Amino acid sequence: MSQPTSVSSPLVTPRLLWIALAVVVGALLLAYLVAFDQGAVSQSGMYLHELMHDGRHLLGVPCH
Amino acid sequence: MSLSAAPGARGFGAILLRGLLAGLIAGLLAGVFAFAFGEPKVDAAIAIEEAAAPPAAADEEPPLVSRDGQKAGLFLATGLYGVALGGLFAVGFALLRRRLRTPDDTRAALGLAAAGLVGVVLVPWVKYPPNPPAVGDPSTIDQRTASYLAILVIGVVAVWASVLAFRSLRSGAAEWLRLTAGLGAFLLVVVIGFVLLPNIDEVSATFPASLLWNFRLTSLGTQVVMWAVLGLTFGALTARRRSPVTEAEMRSATV
Repeated sequence: MSQPTSVSSPLVTPRLLWIALAVVVGALLLAYLVAFDQGAVSQSGMYLHELMHDGRHLLGVPCH
Repeated sequence: MSLSAAPGARGFGAILLRGLLAGLIAGLLAGVFAFAFGEPKVDAAIAIEEAAAPPAAADEEPPLVSRDGQKAGLFLATGLYGVALGGLFAVGFALLRRRLRTPDDTRAALGLAAAGLVGVVLVPWVKYPPNPPAVGDPSTIDQRTASYLAILVIGVVAVWASVLAFRSLRSGAAEWLRLTAGLGAFLLVVVIGFVLLPNIDEVSATFPASLLWNFRLTSLGTQVVMWAVLGLTFGALTARRRSPVTEAEMRSATV
């Protein structure tokens, strides 16, 4: 789907795609930690869950 | 599909750094908004919660995190959430940059943020308005979480469908016709999503209506601050250069 690229356009290298994928995975993990985790991922028991309780409510995420 | 922003544009690393920084700033400012306007409502809701069910045995052991701790944790939550959104925003910006069909990076960033605001915030807010503490049945949290994720996806698809429909008409077509097509496609997807997903209403008859409304409005405000600052900051950080996407390239870019 990409247009014919001009000379100055950096090529899409596999390395770049892997970095982008890693960023997406990392970002989703971070968002999960804030929004949904109840200790399973953070391994902190409910501590992080409780710590970020108000943020979750005010960011519109369903919570208890 | 091109990961490069535009010919001659900054590399992906530069875009990513700007996205993460813009996300952090957006998250912290959203935290300030939520702290100033949201915390009083959360406090009021918790007071109602505790009046309804006095923590008899809980008096023995202190809560895991104090209320003051939770108010500080608010900034951690919005900050981390902002960084996550900023990372996704940067990847989205890099992937979609050519298809945003504007030579101006700032306008592209603002357009993407506006799309995110509508798809990820407004649509979910209307279908599943957020609830303060003391509202909600803990036993349905899994179902509510799944429904919330579904409406996020539907919101994004609705915005995408809207752009597709708008662009499916030739640019020679009347502007009102293109806008109507875009709006129609958006509403079609949203209505289908709203009908298919379950309705959830767990607000008890005794919970103060004004407090509920004010909390929901504040939650919306928090997220509007988040996306507005994300778009504006990212736009500002990329504003110094106009990307040399030519008119011809924009015209030939596929939808």
